[in-house]
This record gives sequence, structure tokens and C-alpha cells, in this order.
Amino acid sequence: MQNIARWIDFAGLLAVAVITWQLGYWILGDLALASPGQTLEKLSSMLTTTRFQQDVLTTLIAVVRAVFWAALIGILTGFVLGMNRIAGDVVGPILDTMYAIPKVAFYPIFLSIFGLTMSGRVAFGAAHGAFPIALLTMQAIQNVRPSFLRTAQVMGMGPVSTFVHILLPAAAGGIATALRIGVAVTILGVLVSEMFASKNGLGYRLISAIDIQDIPTITSVALLLSVIALLVNAVFRAIEKRLS
Amino acid sequence: MSRRASPRDRRRVFALRLGLILVVLLLLEIAVQSGAVSIHIIVPPSQMFVAFIEVFGDSTLRREIVATVRVLLIAGALTLTLGFLLGAAIHALPRLRRALDPVFSSYYALPIIAFYPLFIVIFGATQVPVAIMGFLTGVTAMILCTLNGFDNVPKVLEKVGRLHRMSHREVIFRLKLPSAAPYILGGMRLTVAYVFLGVVASEFIMSGTGIGHAIAFAYNTFEMREMYGLLVFLILMVIAMNLLVGLVARAANLGSR
Repeated sequence: MQNIARWIDFAGLLAVAVITWQLGYWILGDLALASPGQTLEKLSSMLTTTRFQQDVLTTLIAVVRAVFWAALIGILTGFVLGMNRIAGDVVGPILDTMYAIPKVAFYPIFLSIFGLTMSGRVAFGAAHGAFPIALLTMQAIQNVRPSFLRTAQVMGMGPVSTFVHILLPAAAGGIATALRIGVAVTILGVLVSEMFASKNGLGYRLISAIDIQDIPTITSVALLLSVIALLVNAVFRAIEKRLS
Repeated sequence: MSRRASPRDRRRVFALRLGLILVVLLLLEIAVQSGAVSIHIIVPPSQMFVAFIEVFGDSTLRREIVATVRVLLIAGALTLTLGFLLGAAIHALPRLRRALDPVFSSYYALPIIAFYPLFIVIFGATQVPVAIMGFLTGVTAMILCTLNGFDNVPKVLEKVGRLHRMSHREVIFRLKLPSAAPYILGGMRLTVAYVFLGVVASEFIMSGTGIGHAIAFAYNTFEMREMYGLLVFLILMVIAMNLLVGLVARAANLGSR
């Protein structure tokens, strides 16, 4: 019953969003916005061109690779800092500050090192995601109840089996949260690097559409990116709910 | 988790943190000076510091900084007040809140920057789209911490207010608001950081003014030293802003008690 109510709410929300969009189109006009209908039409026709398919694919591949590195580095760092009190206290605030710094402005450094390559995009995306993942993983480990660890000790479990059977399951929900937020930030990083300097990908599509005032393309790509991001978010949220 | 560190512990941790940062900088300096890392990619930290000082002497860069600070102040003030008001209004309407819940829980998954081109087309490459991006990046954080703040107001306060025959307005301003204040003020730090993120990112990608633009411009004209000077400025600005908002929050907290 409650599920049905939630779906009705969601449908209502979607309807309000589409109506607002359409109203905005009527008020602002063709020069500023494409209507929902025009956008869907444009998007479906763009999706059939190989050029655009390649752009979508390039961005997705970059995101997946960046997420892999961000998760690997972030989770490992988070575990090390979470299990060592002093290290966590010393490094935690540094990670916190790094997370708050607009890393966008540091893109030129990545560009100098990697050039206009895929690796540059991946590295920049990973640099965005690694900080929140490390920070939240660290907090997830620190929040594991000490009695769990003491129980493991009493039962004579070794460090490896303590890690696998106690620490990992107890922190799994928190790590899933870390990944969900990390993925969102990583997508942002990949997108920004495509917008600033590249010759393909969805970010490049967006920025090159400005020059020719191609509003249907801007709206279409923004819509597509939002749908992808929201779907990924929903998947991670489901995993999170199951684990915690 | 709530293990309170003694002042002596805190000082030691702080010293260790400072030492760690210095060691990293020193290693970087050695790496660049010895030629292991090309000077065309990373400027040695000692020169970054000199370039940072030079930023203040350059009138063009000073203008860019002033431009960014101005946008930041306008967008920040708008975000904090509107975010708070929206949060308070949504808290008063549970039905609306339930409907909006999926928006809040997935808002920060949205690539907000993807909508920047749209605002550029509407408002031109001025500071208006930059301010809008700052607002859009920060406002949900403010709404969420306001909701969280009012959620944590103990139910008993309302009864206390009725017991003392306080008016509805008095209950809000003298009981509920001060009780929610710590959460809201705590969320301000994150909100301001997000606004700054939105502002600098949009300036960097496409805009004619601001620190973000100056950094992109320095890079495109191969002024690596100047670029690193500005990056140091950016980092120090974030740290300073963090401290400032923290101080304001602490002062307001003490005042509301």
C-alpha cells in the first residue's frame, strides 16, 4: 500500500517537472530552452547516429575506469585511516579540505601530465571521487562497534579473518554510501574534463553546442546525463539499503 | 566514536598534520629541483609561494579575485537565506516533503554543471550564470540541513511554550530556532563550500571573469607560475572560508544559548 502511494507521489513529481519545463519553454521561448517534446525528438534522433553513440560510449568508459580507480584508492586509504586512530585524526581533516577545494581548477595539471588522452580524463575523474570515498570509508570503519572487534579477538580470529568476516560486513553499508557519492562526483570530474579540453564525449558535445547556440542539443545531453546519473544513484541506493 | 581528545592530544595531531604537509612539499621541491618531475608540469613549491605573493601585486588578478568574491557573497547570501526559508517551509508541509524526498536524495547525483550551457545561452557569458550555478550547487545542502535541524527540535519544547503561554511566533523564534541552530549552522559550512565549487567550476569552464577564469587563462597562455600562485590562493581561500564559517557558527551558537 505504502509502495503504491510512493509511486503516485513519484508520478506526480515527474508530471510537475514536465509541466514546469513546458511552461518555462512557453515563457522563455526557442532561444533559451527546448520543449520536452522537442528534446525527446532530438535525443532519439541523435542516439541513432554513430557519432553520438561513440560520444556516449567514450564518456561511459571514462566514468567506469575512473570509478574503478577512485574506489580502489579511496577504499584502501579509508581502511588504513579507519583502522589507525592517529593516522585518521592526522589525515582526516586534510581529506576534508581537499574534498571542499574546487578541483576543477586543477585540471590544467592533469592536462600537462596526460595531454588530451583518455587517461587524463580517467585520472581527473578518479581524483574527484577518491576523496569522498576515502573519507566516508574511514568513517564507516571508525563506526564499527568496538565490541565486534573485541569479540573477534576473544574468539581468536586472525587479522585476515577479522577483516573478511567482521570489519567488511559491518562497514559494508557505509562503504556503499561512500561509493554512491563517489560515483556522482566522479561523473562530474569526467564531464568537466570533457568540457574544458577534449574532442569527444558528452561534455565536449555540451560545450560545442554553446558556440552554435544549439539549444535542443544542450537540453538533450543534459537530460541524458541526468537520467544516467539518477539511474546509477538508484542502483547504489538499492545496494545500500540491502547491505545496511 | 565520541571519544573527546584532550587539548594536548589535539596539539600533537595538529603538529603531525603540519609536519606531514611540510614533508610532502619538501619531497615535491626535491623532485622538481632534481629534474625528476618536469618544471613545465609542476612548479617547485618555493616558487609557488613566491607566485602566490605576486598575485596580490597584479592589478588584473586582484580584479579577478574581487569579481569572484563578489559573486560568492551574492550567491552565498541568496543560497543561505533562500535555502533556509525553503527548508523551513518544506518542513511545515510534510506531504510536500514526502513528494520531494526522491529529489533531495538524488539531487547531488545530478551533473548540475551540464545545465550551465543553458544558462549561458539565456544570460550570456556574464556573472549571472556563474551565480546561478553557485546557488544551484549549494541550495539543496542548505535545505537539507535546515530540515535536519528542525527534525531535531525536541517535541517537548512546544509544550513548554504552551505552558508559558507563548505566542506561535515566540515559540518559533525563542525555542525552535535556537534549538535547531547547531544543525543549521553546521550545514552552512558545507553549503558555502558547495557554492564556491559551483562558482569556480563555471568560471573555469566558460566565463570572462573570476579566479577560475584567471587560472584557465594563465594555463592557456603558458603562465605556469602564475597559475600555481592562483591555485595556492584558491586552497588558502577554502581553508580561510572554512575557518570563518566555523567561527561564525560557533559565535552564533553561543549567542543563541
